Amino acid sequence: MPLDRENVRAIAQLARLKMPEALLDSLAGELNKILGWVEQLGEVDTDGVAPMTSVVAATLKQRADIVDDGDMVEDVLANAPEETRNFFVVPKVIE
Amino acid sequence: MAGDWEIVIGLEVHAQITVKAKLFSGAAAAFGAQPNEQVSLVDAGMPGMLPVLNGAVVRHAVRTGLALGAVINLHSVFARKNYFYPDMPQGYQISQYELPIVGEGELTIELADGGTRTVGIERLHLEQDACKSLHYQHPNKSYIDLNRSGVALMEIVSKPDMRSAAEAAAYVTKLRAILRTIGSCDGNMQEGSLRCDANVSVRRPGASLGLRCEIKNLNSIRFMRDAIEYEAARQIAVIEAGGKVAQETRLYDPDSGETRSMRSKEDEQDYRYFSDPDLLPLNLDQSYVDELRDTLPELPDARKQRFMADHGLSSYDSSLLVADRETADYFEAVADGRDAKLAANWVISEMPAQLNRTGNALACSPVAADALGGLIDLIADGTISNSIAKDVLSDMFDSGKPAAAIVKERGLEQVSDSGALEAAVAKVMTDNPERVADYRAGNNKLLGWFMGQIMQASQGKANPQLVNQLLREKLAG
Amino acid sequence: MSELTQLTLAQARDAMAAGEFSAVELTDAYIAAMEAVRGLNCYLLETAGRARDMAAASDARRAKGDVGALEGVPLAVKDLFCTAGVPTTAGSHILDGFTPVYESTVTRNLWDAGAVMLGKTNLDEFAMGSSNMTSYFGPVTNPWQRRGDAAKLVPGGSSGGSAAAVAARAALAAIGTDTGGSIRQPGAFTGIVGMKPTYGRCSRWGVVAFASSLDQAGPMTHDVRDAAILLGAMAGHDARDSTSMDRAVPDFEAALSGDIRSLRIGIPRQYVMDGTPPEIDALWRQGIEWMRQAGATIVDIDLPHTKYALPTYYIVAPAEASSNLARYDGVRYGLRVAGDSIQEMYENTRGEGFGPEVKRRILIGAYVLSAGYYDAYYLKAQKVRTRIADDFHAAWEKVDTILTPTTPGPAFAQGEKMDDPIAMYLNDIFTVPASMAGLPAISVPAGLSAEGLPLGLHLIGRPFDEETLFRVAGVLEDAAGFDARPALMAKGA
Repeated sequence: MPLDRENVRAIAQLARLKMPEALLDSLAGELNKILGWVEQLGEVDTDGVAPMTSVVAATLKQRADIVDDGDMVEDVLANAPEETRNFFVVPKVIE
Repeated sequence: MAGDWEIVIGLEVHAQITVKAKLFSGAAAAFGAQPNEQVSLVDAGMPGMLPVLNGAVVRHAVRTGLALGAVINLHSVFARKNYFYPDMPQGYQISQYELPIVGEGELTIELADGGTRTVGIERLHLEQDACKSLHYQHPNKSYIDLNRSGVALMEIVSKPDMRSAAEAAAYVTKLRAILRTIGSCDGNMQEGSLRCDANVSVRRPGASLGLRCEIKNLNSIRFMRDAIEYEAARQIAVIEAGGKVAQETRLYDPDSGETRSMRSKEDEQDYRYFSDPDLLPLNLDQSYVDELRDTLPELPDARKQRFMADHGLSSYDSSLLVADRETADYFEAVADGRDAKLAANWVISEMPAQLNRTGNALACSPVAADALGGLIDLIADGTISNSIAKDVLSDMFDSGKPAAAIVKERGLEQVSDSGALEAAVAKVMTDNPERVADYRAGNNKLLGWFMGQIMQASQGKANPQLVNQLLREKLAG
Repeated sequence: MSELTQLTLAQARDAMAAGEFSAVELTDAYIAAMEAVRGLNCYLLETAGRARDMAAASDARRAKGDVGALEGVPLAVKDLFCTAGVPTTAGSHILDGFTPVYESTVTRNLWDAGAVMLGKTNLDEFAMGSSNMTSYFGPVTNPWQRRGDAAKLVPGGSSGGSAAAVAARAALAAIGTDTGGSIRQPGAFTGIVGMKPTYGRCSRWGVVAFASSLDQAGPMTHDVRDAAILLGAMAGHDARDSTSMDRAVPDFEAALSGDIRSLRIGIPRQYVMDGTPPEIDALWRQGIEWMRQAGATIVDIDLPHTKYALPTYYIVAPAEASSNLARYDGVRYGLRVAGDSIQEMYENTRGEGFGPEVKRRILIGAYVLSAGYYDAYYLKAQKVRTRIADDFHAAWEKVDTILTPTTPGPAFAQGEKMDDPIAMYLNDIFTVPASMAGLPAISVPAGLSAEGLPLGLHLIGRPFDEETLFRVAGVLEDAAGFDARPALMAKGA
């Protein structure tokens, strides 16, 4: 089902990407082209095939429960666009 | 809620796991630090940062699942829940979706009428804390502290098996007791270690499930009860007025006692769950699970049954004692070789009062179990009366001295000598002939007054049972 | 001095060990070279001062007998690796002003081995591209030009800056990252060796993430020996990366025995594709002949799901990217564009901070993961991916290494293929399958196109068997004897 400008607007909102109105139609066109192209995967028989959830067969490593990180306020805030009294400052968050 | 409505309640409980570090980073998870002090580069979502799983968290989740009689899924997967919010630095929360670590289980609650209900548990999964950590001092700015971001939580989802606010409260109380007993969560609701979301709907008995509203972030059992009761009544009123309940997320306001709709767009979110490619699936061996099963302590229900059977305690008293492990352990130490009911009484009533007064938790009680035992021995052998003993306990808390020493130093031994007591009884009767006449005329309540006089005159040391007996004899004439 | 930039890494290493020149002299030569080819826009940031300090420190270490595997070797680093105290952009506007306080594990390994950092190289924004045309900081020009034609060509991407720097002799070697071909394809376009190790061989900690299940760091060098040396220093288990494999790093250089007589080389039927220019197929057949002459056995094999690898990649990679790039929101680092509310700030920052290709991929990614489409797109793609991996798994029963072309053509001109995203994506058609299966692969310069542009041949190896891969690549390189040089390289002062 092809995307229209409203679909693109909705996805852009989901991804928090401000999109100029003028671009919505051409973007829909580009995305539809790509989606149309990937649809060929429908030709592949995948009955009974498990999705690949890990590229390598290995056991998930677990770390010990020790505090060996954090305690680095300056580093954490070093690149903050705005900060005060060790808080990150942002525009008002509406609950 | 009388009438022809049935309330259906399901609970999602978020329990902060008792570990030192976070779920996927080595920053501390402790409560109350200065802003952004317990934040690693991973927690701050810096470019190129990656999660590493804390093994202790897995052990706690499995043990909790076992304590709930639940299926342990040997294969589980971490998934990303994608949404934008300022205290979610990565723009996604690492959680578990289709394949959680623990599957179906159950928990039994006692109902007010003495019956029980088994509440089904749908699942338990691991996830990063998404607790709001924003501050609102400024009119158009917000201040973000990422300390809570990434803290390890277990989310325990019940089936919608509860039918009243009281049942919901009983469920949370029991769940909390279990978590505290096995040590996977400290259950401290004021500090946010345990939080509940309540899903509430109403229906006519026999009808299909109604649309539910989710009341989020309830951080006390009392608020949860009130919120559920309000919400159920609200929904019934809406339907009876001809309207429809809107399926939405709501918040409870304890000041007004009402729930209100949340303005945030979280409900409309499409979380786009997919398995986290920075982590491999979590595969456990059955032997790992079996070893953990062997480490489980006696669970509250079993312990309660044992207290009732072995010590003859009531169901109510036993429930109180097993609400957490420390209390149950403490009681057992005190009761060892002593009258269990007497021990239970003191552990349930007097100890909490003294602990509160002195600002101590039982775990760090200035009066250890054997010290309390010593006090109880003095009551049991008649050395002191119950009411004197309360005073002695208070003194034990303040001075740290053992009961026997205090009784001796302050000369608090009970007077049981019949000669002395008879003299005291005779004196009070001689001094108050009108009241004696009054009593003999039928005013039995005056016995208490006479008792009070004698107790006062003896500075509380007269043996109350003997005094009572003597008074009855002498007053009878 | 000018000769210093004409050496390979192995030659420079051995010369410094023999005391023929110092690290400072070598680094100075490359600093001059960087300056000479500035017009190519390979580097986003030249770190000459730091390089000189590191070179001096290297000489001091050598004087004490402390010699690391890359002692004194001047390298270029793709600006996707976080380097402590050095601004890192990922080729994007959205990381404006970002200076990491931490060093990526891979670059940490390089500096610990004694290497010198010349600078951060240009790349397609967030590693998304095959031409280096999507960089916020302008395109990179390939030091190669078509015979008799001054048109500027692309170096390939996304590691275009690293590739061009090595080809233009403005770095002795470079490191890049490869997600669908981003090291190998630019390697082929610029006539150098580009190698992607097995997924999990190198740590991803501190590498700006594009697609987590595909990204891998790798070497970009003049020859196969250099690549083996460089990979040996880069690789290794990292406890901070849960997908990094706990395996010892073999001595890759020692694997270059030159003898492949016992090996079976697989030639997959499905890599013969309609529309591939004849000269590509001709070079491939030539490569097969070289293998045969070296004594290897040639085996025809089937990798039936080959053609689905690229569309699968363009579902899985954007999906992971859409999630990995959610952290760029103006709150904690980088660009912030004001908004009345925080959600508006997110939208404005990301709208202005990301380029069109990145936004396109984020949108595709968000879409294929969204409710109602997840099963048909993302889940389906992950299943097809298993099929692709299974194809290779079956092939390894019959062969030890697989030989294919690297790209469906030589470098194209800047501005070409920009109208049609799929035309651009097709650049990776031969490299992507190995990525989807997490296999090690390498591109070796093997010949020239009719217009005098380099063409590469591509070898794919068994998981964690980079040794065999390097061995075969070394033989292929010897047989090809590629010694052409680009027009626009630095010849030194």
